Amino acid sequence: MDEATLAKYQPVIGLEVHAQLLTHSKMYSADENEYGVAPNTNLSVITLGHPGTLPKVNRTAVEFAMKMGLATNCTIRRDNLFARKNYFYPDLPKGYQITQDKTPICHDGHVDVRLADGSVKKIGVTRIHMEEDAGKSMHLAGETETLVDLNRAGVPLIEIVSEPDIRTGEEAYNYLIEIKKLVEYLGICDGNMEEGSLRCDANISVMLQGAEKFGMKVEVKNMNSFRNVQRAIAYEIERQIAIIEAGGEVDSETRGFDAASGTTNGQRSKETLNDYRYFPEPDLPPLIISDEWLHRVAAELPALPQQLYSRFTGELGLSDYDASVLVDQKEVALFFDELSRLTPNAKAAANWVMGPVKSYLNERALTMADFPLDTAQLAGIIELIDAGKLNYSVASKQLFPHLLDHPSANATGAAESLGLLTQADNGELATLVQQVLAANPAKVEEYRAGKKSLTGMFMGELMKLTGGKADPKLANQLLRTALDG
Amino acid sequence: MSTDLGTLRGLAHLARLEFDATREQQMLGDLNNILDFVAQLEGLDTTGVEPLVHLSQEVNVLRDDEACNTVSHQDGLRNAPRKDSDYFRVPKVLE
Repeated sequence: MDEATLAKYQPVIGLEVHAQLLTHSKMYSADENEYGVAPNTNLSVITLGHPGTLPKVNRTAVEFAMKMGLATNCTIRRDNLFARKNYFYPDLPKGYQITQDKTPICHDGHVDVRLADGSVKKIGVTRIHMEEDAGKSMHLAGETETLVDLNRAGVPLIEIVSEPDIRTGEEAYNYLIEIKKLVEYLGICDGNMEEGSLRCDANISVMLQGAEKFGMKVEVKNMNSFRNVQRAIAYEIERQIAIIEAGGEVDSETRGFDAASGTTNGQRSKETLNDYRYFPEPDLPPLIISDEWLHRVAAELPALPQQLYSRFTGELGLSDYDASVLVDQKEVALFFDELSRLTPNAKAAANWVMGPVKSYLNERALTMADFPLDTAQLAGIIELIDAGKLNYSVASKQLFPHLLDHPSANATGAAESLGLLTQADNGELATLVQQVLAANPAKVEEYRAGKKSLTGMFMGELMKLTGGKADPKLANQLLRTALDG
Repeated sequence: MSTDLGTLRGLAHLARLEFDATREQQMLGDLNNILDFVAQLEGLDTTGVEPLVHLSQEVNVLRDDEACNTVSHQDGLRNAPRKDSDYFRVPKVLE
């Protein structure tokens, strides 16, 4: 579709994100909340929907929901009710989902999303409410029946509903990444879209620029990766514009995203009459959140990505890019945060973490938790380099790999025993400089005739003679003195 | 207060209830009687009365997050009309 046509329209997008909470037990019953176990093993009479049983709310799940609300600048509701959402589906044995309807535990918050151009956009969070997951239905090819596994039935969820503040697929992607980071930093969800612990539905409409009334809304489901959310939205915006441009009307419907073709397709709805007949859950008494409880949960909040980002760019003076890369993963951010408190050279610390450390982890498909060195060892290497006692390339190519193989050693001790420390001896280095000059008389002539770019060549020769152990600053200084003589 | 056949049929569908079509008018009459009975509440002045959701005064009946499977795999599947060694089996939901 051409740019001019696209530009005539204003897309309006809101996201509904479901996050499975990392509790030990389910939302309203004590059976295990555990992914990947044998089918139909995490069961209880409540999960199975047996008559005469009573649900009971998981306190930790409530606290996780409160944490997400605090992290997204929401107001935490003090007087909560649960509600029944009624529908029949085989993966929901009770015939209703226990959720929150008119009294979501968190409301009126926002998430700050950093866009590619560096600007920050505030995306409103309408509400976050607590509910339970359904079981899993499997429709296998060749099977005449549907198979149902109830392990997931009753797993605690929070649903995070954004305001329709999102305008592009890119904004949706960045918002979702921010939500993923928040749940990971809070330790309340593992944020894995591929495994379904984080799920996203998008409400998308388009209207003419400047119009006051939103267009007909389409809900898109089945987007099981962050990039697919961006792709589905981009596709859906163009599809809707094409319909309107052709004089048609967009149907308000639910569509599924097909990752293989990159398109969305109309889905038959689960409940033809979309009437869930919500009413207050009579089996659960009200949930009242006291000041004391709220303050205790607030005090447990860890450092969040936005706070670390501010510290890294502010106090530590790192670039926006470096800070963004570092806060991207919680474990990396926390490792760097600790390292930055052990060395005055934050930029070098950032380079080590984003360079050699990340390469080591990526090559071996490891996570930060598996990294064999501690922050003190890395700080030791940085200190040796900054003191001119160790050359960076020797540090990264020899000392760093040695320490990885001998994780109990400290940087200075290992560098000494391997003979990697620079030859700080001024006199010895000066002699070697003279050797280099003597071995390359023609180049010396050229240099003195004005070809200053030869400095690098002389430096290379000198490093060869010292086995890379010359303090680069001192070597450079001695070379220039000898050459410029 | 009265409702119509369309609503009656919609409710029956949502509740997955079936009834003899010849008794539709009778069912509608019963449903309207129930609605009229409850509609008496509309005649009361409830100005300043807080909605009463729960009769009990209890609040915050919560559970610590401790996991324990109380029904075994075999027992869980036992009452299912259709099952195999792993799963509940139900009529195909998607074509």
